[in-house]
Amino acid sequence: MLRFVGQAVFLAAVLGVLLYLLDNVVYNLERLGIPTGFDYLDQSAGFAIPDSDFRSSQSLLDALLVGVQNTVKVSLIGIVLATVLGVVIGVARLSTNWLVRRAAAAYVELFRNVPVLIIIIFFWLGIFLRLPPITRATEILDLVVLSNRGLVIPWFEKEGSGAAFGLVALAGLVLAVVVWVWRTRRFDRTGQPHHRFLWAGGVLVAMLAVGFFATGRPWVITTPERGELATAGGFRLAPEYAALLLGLTIYTASHIAEIVRGSILAVSRGQSEAANAVGLSDFQRLRFVVLPQAFRISIPPVANQYLNLVKNSSLGVAVSYYEVTKITQVSISQRAPAVQAILVLMGIYLVFSLSIAAVTNLINRRLTLKGR
Amino acid sequence: MATRIDTLEPIPAPERPPQRRLSPREWARENLFGSWLDTVLTVVFGLVVAWLVYRLGKFVFVDARWEIIERNITNLMVSRFPRDELWRVWAALLVLGPSLGFGAGSAAAARRREAEEGRAAVVPERASALRRLGPLLLLVGVLLWFAQSFQATLLTLAVGVLGVAGYLLGRRVALSGRRTALVVLLGIAAAYVVVTGFGGVGWEDWGGFMLTILLAVGGILLAFPFGVLLALGRRSSLPVVRAVCVAYIELFRGVPLIAVLFMGAFMIGFLLPAGVERPSLVTRALIALVLFTAAYVAEIVRGGLQGVPAGQVEAAQALGLSHFRITTRIVLPQALRTVIPGLVGQFISLFKDTSLVAIIGLTELLNVSRNITAQPDFIAQGLIVETLLFAAFVYWTGAYWMSRESQRLERRLGLGER
Repeated sequence: MLRFVGQAVFLAAVLGVLLYLLDNVVYNLERLGIPTGFDYLDQSAGFAIPDSDFRSSQSLLDALLVGVQNTVKVSLIGIVLATVLGVVIGVARLSTNWLVRRAAAAYVELFRNVPVLIIIIFFWLGIFLRLPPITRATEILDLVVLSNRGLVIPWFEKEGSGAAFGLVALAGLVLAVVVWVWRTRRFDRTGQPHHRFLWAGGVLVAMLAVGFFATGRPWVITTPERGELATAGGFRLAPEYAALLLGLTIYTASHIAEIVRGSILAVSRGQSEAANAVGLSDFQRLRFVVLPQAFRISIPPVANQYLNLVKNSSLGVAVSYYEVTKITQVSISQRAPAVQAILVLMGIYLVFSLSIAAVTNLINRRLTLKGR
Repeated sequence: MATRIDTLEPIPAPERPPQRRLSPREWARENLFGSWLDTVLTVVFGLVVAWLVYRLGKFVFVDARWEIIERNITNLMVSRFPRDELWRVWAALLVLGPSLGFGAGSAAAARRREAEEGRAAVVPERASALRRLGPLLLLVGVLLWFAQSFQATLLTLAVGVLGVAGYLLGRRVALSGRRTALVVLLGIAAAYVVVTGFGGVGWEDWGGFMLTILLAVGGILLAFPFGVLLALGRRSSLPVVRAVCVAYIELFRGVPLIAVLFMGAFMIGFLLPAGVERPSLVTRALIALVLFTAAYVAEIVRGGLQGVPAGQVEAAQALGLSHFRITTRIVLPQALRTVIPGLVGQFISLFKDTSLVAIIGLTELLNVSRNITAQPDFIAQGLIVETLLFAAFVYWTGAYWMSRESQRLERRLGLGER
């Protein structure tokens, strides 16, 4: 009974405070003549977004969607790069080579203890924006153009319809999965080496190659052509994007490296000794005994780092990279109602966070050792 | 099954293999040129590292134009803080030095006492005091070198001497953990009053590195009690309390700090009833930092709470202690002891994250570093590299020093070794 009353009082107090704050907000907004609902999202944005097809007459909602795309664009690539770099450095920290070990340790200690914002701004103001202007741009083998307008690399350009090719690619993917399952089953049945990665990968690549030519080469590679004011062709990494991406990658990699190192060390030494005792080679010991166990240990903390990277991508606001946070900031300065804009921003990040957490939990549950 | 009594004797630790003294040649052979792959790696890495060190060294000691830092060192440290009142900052440091030193000394004494009584693992001291303080001394040295002021050097020396005196006094007096914490907190409070009280300067006029420290220290101190309450709430047996705490923690852990800072900067004004003046931007940033950090502190403390064996609570219940007393006397003291390294880690994060308040326009260290490159004497000369390197160096020494101390603490508490 007392428990019930206590909880009721607590709930009433929390709700009371929230309602009081909400009441204040509504009162203040009305007093200042600011709209209270979320209709402002349909109004025209009134600002353009660099490096996108977005026009300033489109709605704020569309602007936010472009922002979400940009957030995903920097986060996904950042996650891939940070993982690769982090694993390499984490393994290097355990190298038997003194120099490699020490260099990796220095990397980790250097970047882990500096604010990621400083790293990002350093790349932006200190490096990319100080590159020579486009008239004196650095060109490497006529393939890469490096100037203060960004880094331009050769890229695919769509020619004609990609729909047919997309279908072929999808079919190839399905076929690859089927081959993968077949090789796995065969391995389970006969115990012969499955090489499923080679098989499935080979099938996919073959399908893509055949599809590419069969559908009339839907993509061509263009190399950047340097003009007076800009480059034509290729894919341009804007200085803002490159700075944010590099900063996030380098900073997150230093954290992932520590996790990788810790996870490998956490696999008990008896496992390695047992592997040696049954006569596995060094490679087999790593591939089949140590790394699978280390991988399991590292999933939750690495997923946490991915989450941090997504959240840190909000620092794009400091280098004018137009991800959701920057777009929210700009829209507030363009007289969008601040309270609602910030609530929307927080909601978007919550969706990101909760979906990453859900995926992690799913993977973690699948991979946790049963019966321990 | 018969229990052999002799197996209950502590098993002697296996003897360490004798250390082989390697000649430099053997050492290099073993660590650098073990196989042909090793040799290739050593040569390639050696060249890359040598090049990087050369470039960095050449920049720092030859090419860089540090004049901008020399002329702006006061700016970087305190920014808009009124120059007439600078003596208050020095006075505050003269109060802080001995009280922090006293805390360190008292803690060291308590640690030794515990080890002697066999209540804590004896961890051999691997590093001398000078090495332990290395990064901090480096920072102070560099700051003084840039300041090139006799007065500042003298005052810093005085702070150092008082700090050492406090340390020695603390070792002799050796207060209990709680009282030590009290002395340190009183020292911090006194330093704060020295700066702000009696016609002093309120924190809305602080800036530079001083503001960075205010936000970090103030943030963690205010977030700590709030976080402990949230952690207790999350483990409460009352579902409603639990749900509210979980919602709060997940909300603030799910959004980036900059979004919370935007909330502080743009939203807090709307939450107040009409007629109440909006607090200063520094206060609003601090509120945002506290709200944000509390969620993380709560999760750290929850880890500690889960580590307290259930038998402790059951034993206390058997003794007839009330729920409140069990929490405050039995559970929390044990839990909080184990979460200290986690809290230090959170403090380091917060220390680095205070740089984000630059985005909402506060003139802390990072923002000053950017602003001074726009001064008439230095504009458009690309000096941002120098100023950002300086800011990064200040952050790095602080964060590196604290993370090293935190690792020592972890070793001493025997965490991470089981």
